[in-house]
Amino acid sequence: MKKSETPLLDQMRQLTGAPVGEPNTARDPVNQAMIRHWCDAVDDRNPVYTDPEFAEKSVHGGIVAPPTMLQAWTMPGLMSREEREARAPRGPSVLRLLDEAGFTSVVATNCTQAYKRYLRPGDLLTVSHSIEAVSDEKKTALGVGHFVTQLTCYRDQNGEEVATMRFRLLKFRPTERSAGAERRGAPKRSRPVPSINHDNRFFWDGVQAGRLLIQRCFCGKLRHPPGPMCPVCRSLEWEAAEACGRGTVYSYVVAHHPPIPPFEYPNLIVLVELEEGVRIVSNLVDIEPEEVEIGMAVRARFDEVEPDRILLQFERAKG
Amino acid sequence: MSVDFKVVSHFASDLRDRAAIAGIGATEFSKDSGRSEMRLAVEAVTAALEDAGLEPADVDGYSVFSMDNNPAIEVNRQIGGGDLRFFGRVHYGGGAACATVLQAAMAVATGVANTVVCYRAMNERSMQRFGAGVQDRRPMPTAESAHFGWYAPYGLLTPASWVAMSARRYMHEYGATSEDFGRVSVADRKHAATNPAAWFYQQPISLEDHQRSRWIIDPLRLLDCCQESDGAVAVVVTSAERARDLRQPPAMIRAAAQGASHEQQMMTGFYADRITGLPEMGLVAQQLYATAGLTPDDIQTAIIYDHFTPFVLIQLEEFGFCKKGEAKDFIRDGNIELGGRLPINTHGGQLGEAYIHGMNGINEAVRQVRGTAVNPVKDVEHVVVTAGTGVPTSGLILGRD
Repeated sequence: MKKSETPLLDQMRQLTGAPVGEPNTARDPVNQAMIRHWCDAVDDRNPVYTDPEFAEKSVHGGIVAPPTMLQAWTMPGLMSREEREARAPRGPSVLRLLDEAGFTSVVATNCTQAYKRYLRPGDLLTVSHSIEAVSDEKKTALGVGHFVTQLTCYRDQNGEEVATMRFRLLKFRPTERSAGAERRGAPKRSRPVPSINHDNRFFWDGVQAGRLLIQRCFCGKLRHPPGPMCPVCRSLEWEAAEACGRGTVYSYVVAHHPPIPPFEYPNLIVLVELEEGVRIVSNLVDIEPEEVEIGMAVRARFDEVEPDRILLQFERAKG
Repeated sequence: MSVDFKVVSHFASDLRDRAAIAGIGATEFSKDSGRSEMRLAVEAVTAALEDAGLEPADVDGYSVFSMDNNPAIEVNRQIGGGDLRFFGRVHYGGGAACATVLQAAMAVATGVANTVVCYRAMNERSMQRFGAGVQDRRPMPTAESAHFGWYAPYGLLTPASWVAMSARRYMHEYGATSEDFGRVSVADRKHAATNPAAWFYQQPISLEDHQRSRWIIDPLRLLDCCQESDGAVAVVVTSAERARDLRQPPAMIRAAAQGASHEQQMMTGFYADRITGLPEMGLVAQQLYATAGLTPDDIQTAIIYDHFTPFVLIQLEEFGFCKKGEAKDFIRDGNIELGGRLPINTHGGQLGEAYIHGMNGINEAVRQVRGTAVNPVKDVEHVVVTAGTGVPTSGLILGRD
């Protein structure tokens, strides 16, 4: 079998265990100043990392570095894009093979570090990388992909292995976004929530309780959308009158674009003239868009459109 | 053309011919300007001053959109402008367009300022798309935020959707069709096709193209909707006397007006007894005609705000160019195209040239008055310009000196 015909998984597994790139030696030996910065940053006040007298009396017999600082010692520092590219490993690599096969997205799944001894000021680390394992093709919530385990070895100035790190990635093929739908696996977006204030709270509380409430002044004027003052008599007093829920379609639209999650398209939105005389915007459900006509009789209903979220909707009136 | 249109004379203001537009400027119109909105603003403002033959140091006032992201003081610092004696902002989106000129004219007519610049600069395609609507607004317990709460939970989230709701009722009451809306688009694109500054230069469309374009929100198709654009436009307003001494022939502000009806809503005028008109635009038209001492018969061409085609028909009715409900017949006869009774949007409008919140239409009206438009209308005496529709709005009548 020619190499170019080797299936992807075989090609990748041939590369496992081989070094990726050249070993890289830390720019500075383990030192007190960087330890102090780290401890300040993570608010670790263990004096064995910073107080020489305390450390001397401890089981360590002297200052040691926090083990979880491991990665900090060999970080390459800020680089320009050109420098980064110049240092990138050449030749075939598992990650490049996956990119070329369409598994272009990446997410880190987990990381494990193992420490063989404490590091002390003066230790100079050298780090080397390899791919330890590649999983079979897996179906995940994000999409189809392969889990890749990178093994990183840290050695000291004597060549002794002092720590290892296993960093696991999922390289996956991004799923197509379907119109109006969120990427599969991502949490579903909720419908926009209304802004609730002193002037409209009664309406939204009413909807949550399955009641269609319209603001009514004591002079008799019905108002929707509601507001604090009656434009007829200027009264600031009002009550919430329950509408019977019957009405007719005054106008309507059928939304197609842009698809905005979580709405499903086409989305039928109506302007209903209630029997009491005010108009209100809502959805018309359980009907095909081509069946809708201006003037048709509709009635209110209250649907749990999302968990714990009741919304006013309308349906065709029966009979 | 004989429409029994009565001008209400008590709406006349004292603004007639007191101020003029002395300079206009603009950037190119694109989908990705590649530079900041502030830079677009200063490019357009300095171009307008250069056009007028004025120095930045002459500027002592600004009148701009509330929605514009570029504070006037910052623009003024950038261009090396003078000390400012007047600065105002006008609310309600594109409804502010002609109102910026109204307020500038009021400032110069009263001596509050001498040279007032109006501008609108936006990366409205590459940075913040208006077509996306209010889907990502964070709910706040304010009146403006609560307003959208009556629509957003049901998916009525975009400017197109708000206009569509009124348009459907208009179709129902007057028998207008999607093709009637399409004719506005066809006229605009015909005019854009011969305007090198237009995004849709050399790209006319047919009515069939319009009818084949996909639904955005039925009854609106893609080609009923204006563009989203990057660009900036500026105008310089000064007194009529001073304008006469400057580089360009003045475009006299024969009348300028704002209007909001007593039942005004922001894009969702769904609650009045009838929702098939734009009463705020009718109010603007009445003030314009009364102030200018003109009637619809005196207008040769018009810039009719065209974010969505249905409201162009309604504006033609509100301005008395045809009777209520008869705009579909008026435009069916080719009246709004070059050579017709009232060519509209001779630059291509916001459907064809660019969507700069109506300000590019003011520039075109000035060019028609000067006689420098790429699609000139013959014997222009007076041009009507309108601003954003469905919102509190404004308008102008510009004319020759």
